[in-house]
Amino acid sequence: MSNPQQLRYSKEHEWLSATEDGVATVGITEHAANALGDVVFAQLPEVGDTVTAGESCGELESTKSVSDLYAPVTGEVVAANQDVVDDPSLVNSAPFEGGWLFKVRISGEPDDLMSADEYTAFTAG
Amino acid sequence: MSTAPRLTALDAVHRSLGATMTDFAGWDMPLRYASERDEHNAVRTKAGLFDLSHMGEITVTGPAAADFLNFALVGNIGSIGVGRARYTMIVAEDGGILDDLIVYRLGAAEAPEYMVVANASNAQVVLDALTARADTFDVEVRDDRDAYALLAVQGPESPGILKSLTDADLDGLKYYAGLPGTVAGVSALIARTGYTGEDGFELFVSPGDAEKLWGALMEAGTPVGMVPAGLSCRDTLRLEAGMPLYGHELTAELTPFDAGLGRVVKFEKTSQSETFVGRAALTAAAERAETAPPRKLVGLIAEGRRVPRAGFSVVADGKVIGEVTSGAPSPTLGKPIAMAYVDAEHAAPGTEGVGVDIRGTHEPYEVVALPFYKRQK
Repeated sequence: MSNPQQLRYSKEHEWLSATEDGVATVGITEHAANALGDVVFAQLPEVGDTVTAGESCGELESTKSVSDLYAPVTGEVVAANQDVVDDPSLVNSAPFEGGWLFKVRISGEPDDLMSADEYTAFTAG
Repeated sequence: MSTAPRLTALDAVHRSLGATMTDFAGWDMPLRYASERDEHNAVRTKAGLFDLSHMGEITVTGPAAADFLNFALVGNIGSIGVGRARYTMIVAEDGGILDDLIVYRLGAAEAPEYMVVANASNAQVVLDALTARADTFDVEVRDDRDAYALLAVQGPESPGILKSLTDADLDGLKYYAGLPGTVAGVSALIARTGYTGEDGFELFVSPGDAEKLWGALMEAGTPVGMVPAGLSCRDTLRLEAGMPLYGHELTAELTPFDAGLGRVVKFEKTSQSETFVGRAALTAAAERAETAPPRKLVGLIAEGRRVPRAGFSVVADGKVIGEVTSGAPSPTLGKPIAMAYVDAEHAAPGTEGVGVDIRGTHEPYEVVALPFYKRQK
């Protein structure tokens, strides 16, 4: 699987898009989606919520397990992807595109976000 | 002893198919090949091909084989006809379930032979118990775990797929039966004892023949929609079919009566002696079940979308009234489902006010009779 070069990645397997007007899009990586199996339920943070880098802000439930969704950065949620709430399988079928999870206005970010190449090495290890 | 997981004879096949593998009872097994939901639906509507080589086969032969199994197991093994199979259990002296088993009677009276199939996680326990219990009987208990690979074809298309590969009389093979035959040129014990709620067949073959048979089955099955299917969909299939799984619905802490499966215990047997291991404890358990009904195994269907998991509490009026033993999103129902043991007064289908505590939130659930899914015949 290939991790898009233009994104940045967290150790919790979220991806973060480039920031436009201070807002970035967040999703989980294909690696994480494959590990979860078929996602059947997504509880996303709500618009207006403040999320904190490294802390749980939702849940992704798959056939076999439930996983916390972590925020890769700190900030205010400005959008949640209703398409994923309605059809959680988008997380599996298009993790880097239609399966995005939420958009956040960044107020702080950790210094350990990885480049695509670093994340590829991280998941290979 | 090595702790490396054991590989089945089909390991190279699974890897070439890109399977996600998982450790299961010390075996490296395919969890899923692509989407477990697609595999599940294929088994319900067409067919799925499973590698079940981790199951534990134990062969029992000798003049006293039937009497021995009547003593060692809770069922009436002596009454199984040649070519038939029976679901039964092995319990400890205290009546606790050591494993649930399928016993196939292979040999006729002049050469008694039975094959006992144990769950992978319990195969050694069952083998040890049978070996110990065989002391005073004229029988041989043989560990045949390495002698067999086990492939299963499950789903409505499975009779057609298999018929194209064998001359064996499949129409004459009833549910819970097994007969020797040849499939795709490979010697096999062909059984019809599925665990998915669908019609289907299990093929016990020599490990050396497993790849050849897998290839022939895929060639015959692919045109009608058969796909390789992993353990993940096997679990959702059996859950929809309401079938108990050792370690979940069945444990050493429960007797067959506590598990609602007292019917598998036969106090009257076709042996001169009606003694069997666990008899005294099970007699007491049967009486207890009469006077003080134990928790009942029920089905729960979610009204919402959060999935109950094994170990979650079942609640009513803020009190814990039971425990989930298995839970998963049901591909067929499109909702989360669970099996759970609940107090008898909350066990009736339709009981109001029952919920599951899902990480602190009491999610509403409907109590239903098992199974969730029954195939149309």
